Amino acid sequence: MLTRLLSGDTPRSGLLTLLLVAVLISLAFAPFLFPGTKSLETAARICIFIVLVASYDLLLGYSGIVSFAHTMFFGIGAYGTALALSTSGPSYWSLTWGTLAGAFVAAVFALAIGLFSLRVKAIFFAMVTLAVASAFAVFVSQMSWLTGGEDGLNYKIPRELTPAFKLVNDKVFGVRINGKLLAYYLVFFASLTLFLVMLRIVNSPFGRTLKAVRDNAFRAEAIGYKVVWYRTTATVLSAVMAALAGSLLAIWLRYTGPATTLSMEIMIDILLMVVIGGMGTLYGAVLGATLFILAQTYLQNLMGVAAEATSAVPLVSTLVAPERWLLWLGVLFILSVYFFPSGIVGRLRAGRA
Amino acid sequence: MTERPILETRDLTIRFGGHVAVDHVSCSFDRGTLTAIVGPNGAGKTTYFNLISGQLKATGGTVALNGEDITRHSVPDRTDRGIGRAFQLTNLFPTLSVRENVRLVVQSRARKGFDLFSIAESHIELLERADHVLAEVRLIDQAEQIVSALPHGDQRKLEVALLIALGPQVLMFDEPTAGMSVDEVPVILELIRKLKADMDRTILLVEHKMDVIRSLADRIVVLHNGELVADGDPAEVIALPVVQEAYLGKAPEAA
Ligand SMILES: Nc1ncnc2c1ncn2[C@@H]1O[C@H](COP(=O)(O)OP(=O)(O)OP(=O)(O)O)[C@@H](O)[C@H]1O
Ligand SMILES: [Mg+2]
Repeated sequence: MLTRLLSGDTPRSGLLTLLLVAVLISLAFAPFLFPGTKSLETAARICIFIVLVASYDLLLGYSGIVSFAHTMFFGIGAYGTALALSTSGPSYWSLTWGTLAGAFVAAVFALAIGLFSLRVKAIFFAMVTLAVASAFAVFVSQMSWLTGGEDGLNYKIPRELTPAFKLVNDKVFGVRINGKLLAYYLVFFASLTLFLVMLRIVNSPFGRTLKAVRDNAFRAEAIGYKVVWYRTTATVLSAVMAALAGSLLAIWLRYTGPATTLSMEIMIDILLMVVIGGMGTLYGAVLGATLFILAQTYLQNLMGVAAEATSAVPLVSTLVAPERWLLWLGVLFILSVYFFPSGIVGRLRAGRA
Repeated sequence: MTERPILETRDLTIRFGGHVAVDHVSCSFDRGTLTAIVGPNGAGKTTYFNLISGQLKATGGTVALNGEDITRHSVPDRTDRGIGRAFQLTNLFPTLSVRENVRLVVQSRARKGFDLFSIAESHIELLERADHVLAEVRLIDQAEQIVSALPHGDQRKLEVALLIALGPQVLMFDEPTAGMSVDEVPVILELIRKLKADMDRTILLVEHKMDVIRSLADRIVVLHNGELVADGDPAEVIALPVVQEAYLGKAPEAA
């Protein structure tokens, strides 16, 4: 039953299973285990990024396609939901149609880009996605009457998903059961479902064929697979998943702007998360996203503590000063890529043998 | 014998710049026959195969399968219609297991590639078929191994296994036994003989070893500098001076 839910793709490593279960439990009970606004924000961000990173791995790891347009699809989903909510009111109906419209537009864009450029060299596809994504970002910031430009959009979501809504009056385990909590569980269960759907896709006959195409497209054709269609379908699926992740972000933040969805910085973060977690395994996306976001959010605090503790040692304390957190984040990534070229998951699975 | 040929090339030609690698080759192949294609290195044998299975596009001439012109068809379209080949240079899915390599071929043949929502491993019939082929080529004990870690000889066997798993109407083998250990060669030749006998297939075989050709071929076609220079009964063709020269690697004009 559980194996079926995981589509037969079990972690295949004791330590990996342990880590994944730890992440799952932490996210499932985050509001109770880690009370506080900041930790709930972080937990929701991790859920959403797991979907986003997994959907990118569908392309990079499973299909061997390098795309720089992933944040564009993420943004299309977010703006779809945001525009629907801000134009037709904070109803579940606007939320639904905005999300579906976003996913649909993302699919059409991905299909067009795929058919136009996946026939030729891989580098050409990468360049086209880069160009289209940059053009899209400029377009969004120029169309400020619609998108709010650089300021983005603030909007209302259905009341049941906001802190103002109280489900029960008393606290449960010291936690207020309000709309924010409901919104978190919407994000959590939607992310979990999307993740399991992707896990199924990569373990389906289609997913196996993607790996074959990645390994040797020439031979895949010679045994009868129409490579362009497989690559294009993978691009479309990945775009739709990214758009849905974007919609979740739009619902969670009640704000959508270029900085939270379209920036090149996020694109690079996604790339790093995939590589750190391990390409070509969706569990890598879970660990990559979790570790990355935790480091991004808490490294600064941690270094503050370290700096204080070492304040007596002059050189060390300057090195670990909180302002240098980006430097240390960079060092951590270089080290992890150097020592785990196949990512954390690749490393853990190899260790088993 | 009024049956029309399964495969036919007419004036098939390809130029690479000024070099004509296959030069107006017209030849047809009948059902249930095995034709050996011979010629010195660089004669154009592999290129001829590439033109038939579609990896290269002809500069002139046509390829027809069962009377249908497939000259402009893509590689997967030709595979769909019944043309399959094994490659001279091993050409596998290196990061996947031996079993998965064969399973992918069986899956393609069963047209399950676009099934997105079932679990691949739950298609037991595909796995069984894959294992059956692996047992035939005696690779079943290595089924779990990753292909890139496989010894060269075993990779050559897997190359042949993929074509057998595909089981098309027209099978093209490009020096299938090259690089295989001596005791494996008879296994593969026996498989090719079996394909020819009980499956009613049309086989094209590029091979350098004369004893192999003598024992398997119904007919020999000789290519030289891209041109078809001899075609006929094995004993007769082997006796021709042009073949003797070609096999010694001497160009006729130099002789
Ligand atoms: N893609 C290509 N571009 C340019 N020249 C090519 C190409 N493919 C083949 N050739 C040339 O065409 C000629 C025929 O090559 P081919 O590989 O068909 O020979 P072959 O008969 O298979 O030889 P061998 O016995 O060595 O395998 C050679 O001179 C080769 O250099
Ligand atoms: Mg050759």
